Amino acid sequence: MAMDTDVVAALRGASKRYGKLLALDGVDLEVRHGQILALLGPNGAGKTTAISLLLGLHDPDAGSANLFGEQPRALAARCRIGAMLQTTAVPDTLQVGELIALFRSYYMSDSSRQPRTVFDTAQLAGVSDLLKRRYGKLSGGQQRRVQFALAIAGRVEILFLDEPTTGLDIEARTTMWKTIRTLVAEGCAIVLTTHYLEEAEALADRVAVLARGRIVAQGSVAQIRARVGQRRIRCITAVDVAAIAQWSHVRSAVRDGERTEIVSDSTEAVVRRLLDQDAQLHELEIQRAGLAEAFVEITKEAA
Amino acid sequence: MNAIAETRAIRVSGYRALPAYLLEARYEFLRLLRTPSFAVPTLSFPPLFFLLFGLLLNHGNAGAAHYLFATYSVFGVMAPSLFGFGVAVAIEREKGWLALKRVAPMPPGAYLAAKLAMAMLCAAIIYLILAAMAYALGGVRLPAAQWLVLGTVAVGGALPMCALGLIIGSRANASAAPAFVNLIYLPMSFLSGLWMPLSMLPHFLQQVAPLWPAWHLGQLALMTTGQATTGSVAGHLLWLGAFTVICFAIARRGLARAD
Repeated sequence: MAMDTDVVAALRGASKRYGKLLALDGVDLEVRHGQILALLGPNGAGKTTAISLLLGLHDPDAGSANLFGEQPRALAARCRIGAMLQTTAVPDTLQVGELIALFRSYYMSDSSRQPRTVFDTAQLAGVSDLLKRRYGKLSGGQQRRVQFALAIAGRVEILFLDEPTTGLDIEARTTMWKTIRTLVAEGCAIVLTTHYLEEAEALADRVAVLARGRIVAQGSVAQIRARVGQRRIRCITAVDVAAIAQWSHVRSAVRDGERTEIVSDSTEAVVRRLLDQDAQLHELEIQRAGLAEAFVEITKEAA
Repeated sequence: MNAIAETRAIRVSGYRALPAYLLEARYEFLRLLRTPSFAVPTLSFPPLFFLLFGLLLNHGNAGAAHYLFATYSVFGVMAPSLFGFGVAVAIEREKGWLALKRVAPMPPGAYLAAKLAMAMLCAAIIYLILAAMAYALGGVRLPAAQWLVLGTVAVGGALPMCALGLIIGSRANASAAPAFVNLIYLPMSFLSGLWMPLSMLPHFLQQVAPLWPAWHLGQLALMTTGQATTGSVAGHLLWLGAFTVICFAIARRGLARAD
């Protein structure tokens, strides 16, 4: 059994209200050493609120938030975390290298570990070629990478990334994923919020789906996916798609170019019937639903 | 800042925070250098005022130059303190830069110490310009000690003025902060007798003058240069000390409310 010392960050029964809006409603969340937890949910579901409680930017109205068993605001706890927030205006007039050096210096108050060098940090974040550039002169994607660099300037044990890859091009996103995996291999835990389900699918060990301030599903990517029984059938067939849509066990049937795409909760029955009716059927594929389908399903249930 | 109040110094020793304090101050200075649109007006405004009102309009009036040199030294510290804290903190608080630094283990106080150092540096530069003008153009002659003590009053005046600015910076939103600062900066200078002796103003304004921190600073500056004043050095220092502490306490509560 995993020891409790493995838990690096936790929310326990945490609630937070902003005026009339109950942004977070009794949420329990645990992040363990070396684990990537993805927080998913529609806009306004409470993802950013959950992170800001864990970071000590806000206090929960009820329940608790802690980092390494301490108050999130304790300096000793903050020496062990890094964060990339969703909205941060970094001073335009400082150079990238100066910004990294500044954040690096913050982590020097912790005598038990040395922060990364500016060079290493820049390389990990993919901003080595930007060190002499002023922050204000960078593109949106470059600025986002610099913010990532600031988050990893210390040798942190947990990273909070609030929509880290929004605005990044594919290449920059891949670089960031790679760095995230490297950090996790070193034992760093990650809490990630994202709009990109493929990001959660590619990175996360665990997924928590938030809707209206509550956790509506939590588990591994496979477990979340399994919450949705349906699978997707694709094939080229002469059977009329409108007719298929009327069959039992068929949730939907559409034409996608020459292919027919069917979503079903009992693929065996549907495939048998298809093959019976169309001996010429070919290019048959059956896919388990992805995280995207599961997500839509779960948040629909919660609404 | 609440984060500071709750800090537990477990593995964190003070001297290890020194690089962060130094870098924070250094980059604050670089930002100032790289933002001439803030630095140039801030540094040149008080000397230009002094040139116009202290030297040109009162040409040949040594008493006026003497008086205004002392009070403009105080006027000079107000802009960098009030704007540096009132406006800059409001912007950095609202745009999330302060939040990011508070999430990262920025040592308690590094942020404010850097900004305070910068306000003091600006005040010192302004004082040196004023002193050079007063000496060369206004015929002001003071014993060496008085030049120094007046400079100390001007630079030390950053403390209460920054504290006052911080109240605005910790509460006002970024777009309203400059208006609040201007609402304090110019009227308070006038009402504190920094532009002309209060004896030239209505009696009522003289009576309420002790309410303004700039008046206490101005009195200290005038005392330093051996001019007629009200109150005692200890009294003014005590008042300013208490004012600074109260403002910081109020501002701290404002900063603790994360928003």
